[in-house]
Amino acid sequence: MITFTYVIKDEMGIHARPAGQLVKLASGLSSTVTLGKGNKKGDARKIFAVMGLGIKCGEEMSVAVEGEKEAEDAEKIREFLEQNL
Amino acid sequence: MKGIYTGKAVFAGIAVGRISVFHKEDQSIKRVHVENTAAETARAEAARDEANAQLAGLYEKAVQEVGESGAAVFEVHQMMLQDEDYMDSVRNIIETQEVNAEYAVASTGDNFAAMFAAMEDDYMQARAADVKDISERLVRILSGARDALPESEGPVILVAEDLAPSETVQLDKSRLLAFVTRYGSSNSHTAILARTMNLPALIGVDYEPEIDGKMGIVDGKQGILLVDPDEETLKKYEKQRDQELDKRAMLKELKGKETITKSGRTVKLYANIGSLSDLASVLQNDAAGIGLFRSEFIYLEKDRYPTEEEQFQIYKTVAQNMAGKKVIIRTLDIGADKQVGYFHMEHEENPAMGYRAIRICLDRPEIFRTQLRALYRASAYGNIAVMYPMIISVDEVRRIRRIAGEVREELQAQGIPIGQVEQGIMIETPAAALISDRLAKEVDFFSIGTNDLTQYTLAIDRQNSRLEQFYDPHHEAVLRLIRMVVENAHKEGIWAGICGELGADTSMTEIFVKMGVDELSVSPSFILPVRKIIREME
Repeated sequence: MITFTYVIKDEMGIHARPAGQLVKLASGLSSTVTLGKGNKKGDARKIFAVMGLGIKCGEEMSVAVEGEKEAEDAEKIREFLEQNL
Repeated sequence: MKGIYTGKAVFAGIAVGRISVFHKEDQSIKRVHVENTAAETARAEAARDEANAQLAGLYEKAVQEVGESGAAVFEVHQMMLQDEDYMDSVRNIIETQEVNAEYAVASTGDNFAAMFAAMEDDYMQARAADVKDISERLVRILSGARDALPESEGPVILVAEDLAPSETVQLDKSRLLAFVTRYGSSNSHTAILARTMNLPALIGVDYEPEIDGKMGIVDGKQGILLVDPDEETLKKYEKQRDQELDKRAMLKELKGKETITKSGRTVKLYANIGSLSDLASVLQNDAAGIGLFRSEFIYLEKDRYPTEEEQFQIYKTVAQNMAGKKVIIRTLDIGADKQVGYFHMEHEENPAMGYRAIRICLDRPEIFRTQLRALYRASAYGNIAVMYPMIISVDEVRRIRRIAGEVREELQAQGIPIGQVEQGIMIETPAAALISDRLAKEVDFFSIGTNDLTQYTLAIDRQNSRLEQFYDPHHEAVLRLIRMVVENAHKEGIWAGICGELGADTSMTEIFVKMGVDELSVSPSFILPVRKIIREME
């Protein structure tokens, strides 16, 4: 399992549009991707779970990627976050 | 049913027309016991598939009308519908409670909406409406109800309890002048769409259904809905509305077009700004750059000297937002007439001719250096030029350039990245205008500050209303000076522009262009009108 943290730079936090794109991306990966804020965790393939975490600008989010291609998939997630959030 | 109803404006436009009140068919969901839960689940899933197809269609329509980012909401709705958590909840309720799909969907919708509504974020709270929208869509499909938006002759002001994003997009724009709702938030997709579609819209209006069919006026600026207004008010608003429409039409026509005369002479058309909030207007009005960035506001809004870092962040923001277009920053131009206590400036008899602007900077080089350092650092992030106000001698300019040179070397020695920074001066004193031939050898450009130049040349205080009969903004003396400055600039191969009010005086534009003025920097709302005149010139 690969884990990393990411601090949200987007002023609007994880709002609908990038949340949707993140869900799309995560759904296409073979690994499972779990996002977390504090104690709350959410499956990145579920839009309500992602938006429900309510992660705002400046807050740190944890990302856990597990699967056969976890290194590759973690990179893809990280890149997406850098570019969109 | 005359009256004035107040609300919150979501888009500041004006609409005049007949009111049409929309009644949504009451969706009272009945909870019905079912035996065959498998069949109910199948119904729910079929409805979900159809909703998906509907949303895909709405997405396409929205992309056409408001572009991709405005239409994105429908993609998000699709994702919400396809979300396993959502459908799991529906299936669960059907199976465990043995109830109809409509009820299961409505409950699921309510639960998820409540989750969003309970979140602290305004934006997230507004998403509750999205969940409601998709749930209602599913219920409509399941119950086979048809939702009709009202038929009417001619375009109307639509009044409703609330409008879901899908409803807003489905509205025939040609039949819509404005919309007014009782509920809604300025963060809702509906509000976002209204702004994108340039439709006047008000929310939070406590209306009575009896206003249906009456004449109405939506005043987006004041946030009011006027019902059954009298002739005079009607005419007044119609006029305002026509002016607005003309303005918008002009914007559409001239935006993106070059500022060039028929014979091919180009003029740089820039904007004057006095704060960061003006930036949006600069870009909206299609300025080719910023010809005057009045840096004073940074000093005026604090009760102590702004730090280099604070200034750097501001200059950097402007440079980045202008994305490569020139930003000319004028160094601080403050005098004893402005309230800046921490500068500790003594009272003066004659502040207009006193200790101000560049004189403060040369007398207190620490302040000057701080501003220059911030400015030079920001130059690495865009296209920044600097200009110095209130110049009267070559000696001043040489002193300034020496200090600027030292700042540049200092930063380079520290390994801090900086860009090229063009050096210019304001020509706003008769002295500067008269020796502009010599000054032209010392700098990269001139910017003529016509406000002060006129005052000093005519020896008239513009604020003094007693002197109105003596004051001529187009005085020949001033025009002669401008012509001389432009010619002297060109002799040394540098450019000369105007950043004072006269630059926006459309009765003077042709004269200035013919004189050879290279740049006009005006208030953002004047950019397109000036461009229009120049494009129509020979």
